[in-house]
Amino acid sequence: MTTANTEPSTTPSPVGEELLSVTGLVKHFPIRKGLLQRQTGAVQAVDGLGFTVTKGETLSLVGESGCGKTTTGRLLTRLLEPTEGRIVFEGRDITHMSEGKMRPLRRDIQMIFQDPYGSLNPRHTVGKIVGAPYKLQGVKTEGGTKKAVQELLELVGLSPEHYNRYPHEFSGGQRQRIGIARTLALRPKLIVADEPVSALDVSIQAQVVNLLEDLQEEFDLTYVMIAHDLSVVRHVSDRVAVMYLGKIVELADRVSLYEKPMHPYTLALLSAVPIPDTKRKGKQERIRLQGDVPSPINPPPACRFHTRCWKAQDICKVIEPPLVELAPGHQTACHFPENATAEQQAAAESAAKTNPGKDSLPTS
Amino acid sequence: MTETPQDLTRQDSVRRTERGSAFLDVRDLKVHFPTDDGVVKSVDGLSFQLERGKTLGIVGESGSGKSVTSLSIMGLHKAGTAKITGEVLLDGQDLISASAEEVRLLRGKRMAMIFQDPLSAMHPYYTVGHQIIEAYRVHNKVSKSVARKHAIEMLDRVGIPQPDRRVDAYPHQFSGGMRQRAMIAMALSCDPELLIADEPTTALDVTVQAQILDLIRDLQSEFNSAVIIITHDLGVVAELADDIQVMYAGRAIEYSSAEDIFERPQHPYTWGLLGSMPRIDRERTERLIPIKGTPPSLINVPSGCAFNPRCNYAHLNNGASETERPELLDIGNGHMVACHLSPEQRRDAWETDIKPKL
Repeated sequence: MTTANTEPSTTPSPVGEELLSVTGLVKHFPIRKGLLQRQTGAVQAVDGLGFTVTKGETLSLVGESGCGKTTTGRLLTRLLEPTEGRIVFEGRDITHMSEGKMRPLRRDIQMIFQDPYGSLNPRHTVGKIVGAPYKLQGVKTEGGTKKAVQELLELVGLSPEHYNRYPHEFSGGQRQRIGIARTLALRPKLIVADEPVSALDVSIQAQVVNLLEDLQEEFDLTYVMIAHDLSVVRHVSDRVAVMYLGKIVELADRVSLYEKPMHPYTLALLSAVPIPDTKRKGKQERIRLQGDVPSPINPPPACRFHTRCWKAQDICKVIEPPLVELAPGHQTACHFPENATAEQQAAAESAAKTNPGKDSLPTS
Repeated sequence: MTETPQDLTRQDSVRRTERGSAFLDVRDLKVHFPTDDGVVKSVDGLSFQLERGKTLGIVGESGSGKSVTSLSIMGLHKAGTAKITGEVLLDGQDLISASAEEVRLLRGKRMAMIFQDPLSAMHPYYTVGHQIIEAYRVHNKVSKSVARKHAIEMLDRVGIPQPDRRVDAYPHQFSGGMRQRAMIAMALSCDPELLIADEPTTALDVTVQAQILDLIRDLQSEFNSAVIIITHDLGVVAELADDIQVMYAGRAIEYSSAEDIFERPQHPYTWGLLGSMPRIDRERTERLIPIKGTPPSLINVPSGCAFNPRCNYAHLNNGASETERPELLDIGNGHMVACHLSPEQRRDAWETDIKPKL
């Protein structure tokens, strides 16, 4: 393997044009203490992410709570200011773009929130909520805002008569549809969806998943989906990034991630999903991870997963494995990848030697 | 709701041979909440039995009455707000007609509950140990130090590291998974014979969920308790449950062994649940098959079969679905279903429409 492969963020995606690219993205939340509010530490929520999003695809970020997936979503939409790194959207660096300059771009980058109850203003009618983007952006639509809003409501499967109703009159699934209608108002190019279906009942969840897929096809949308349900993620995604403690440990297309996971953490996550099949009851081989995710305030050195990994050896505590492409389109950050050929194992080893991650301990 | 004598006799025939002998026997339980807008019929005629050492999974969407059922078994509805009728027999003793004090003495000792959200279920002001000790000393006349030792033992049993130190920690100092373990320790501190787990893993990450499910399974075989697990996740019940009851709009619409529910489901709603769920263990399907519409309001439950407005097969019954409520009937091997479709229609629909698309 060449060094080109060890630079994950520049790896070109197989097809399509790049919409968003992220390099070395870092977000540390300072912890301040005492009278002088001196900074005593930092929550390392996101620590060096690199990935690209191709036009028209769905990239999912998965991981346990506290792995930084929501923070990543908020950084991409610039609801949070990145500590370090670069976010490039359609060739423009938006990392530290001022609010005023960012505003026109917000038409192109929209967000769907997890909580359909908390993300809609209870004092506003549906018409006002869904029409707000037009007002804020000063967009004039043919036939007026009301007509545009009613078209949007129909598009997401609500009735246009709902225009004058308030959010409390709707069920959770319908509220999520209102949120989606608002997101679509300005015909965005990129939608960051933060757990869009996890608050919904199973039958409603399927309706919303199908809706998101239809809309993607119709408007050529690109999704960055943040989710923890691995079955839903498999259903909706083209590519999946698995995060652990603020880092991407594995990034691959759907098929190869689910069929041949290479990072032990991915394997453990997949094996933990309860399977609705009684024939497999008790037979399922399950990798039991011990304990909880360590605190992101003081994450373990080198490979952050080594404290819970059953394959961990001394090198995992000293040298951080870089995210390298071991198979086409399949990047993994592990010294001892699963499902790897001898060549891939060797590639992982040489990459760790030539290009160790920045969390590696200094060699004495 | 007026019940004709005919209804009653039919339900009696449905109640199977175990009548009166089961460890937990729920008979025609109804929980109604009178409100300004009308009566909310959260549970409307529910009967089931559960033996010791067995696990019953109750599955349904929000508002199907699964949590209300468990709260009425535990006697946790506030007096005056809920109108509860029917019988809940725990080892022969009726809990509905028992006084609040009698039920209180059973709670913790004979039956215990694990709640969904351990942060709000535990008292933030007291240490975890204090809360376990309190529960233990209500039912056992022991000194504080003995109870403390027992609490440490229980914390150790559920896999909390350094239990002798953690016993003095407050709930907020625990992570979500550890809090859930601590609550399980509290629930099990008096060896309850009936354990109700209401969405015990919904708030947890998948790796922690796997740990907790293993723990519940291990502890059940150790204590031989009867377990009711309430969840909306069909994967979780498939892991744990021996029998599964599917609820819709306050009633059981299907009841059978776990295997039958997944291999030979009979009710269109159960099919809908299975089709709505993306499966990680199967070939990926192009599209999910959702159930159309939304769950009904419990004030205005549709007449006839409550599922009829959302059912793709309701038109096959010459209007019976809209007018007549189907009773839960045994179709063989203890597999019970409440549906107007004939067995042939159900078999055809399952074999041709549903199964190939899952």
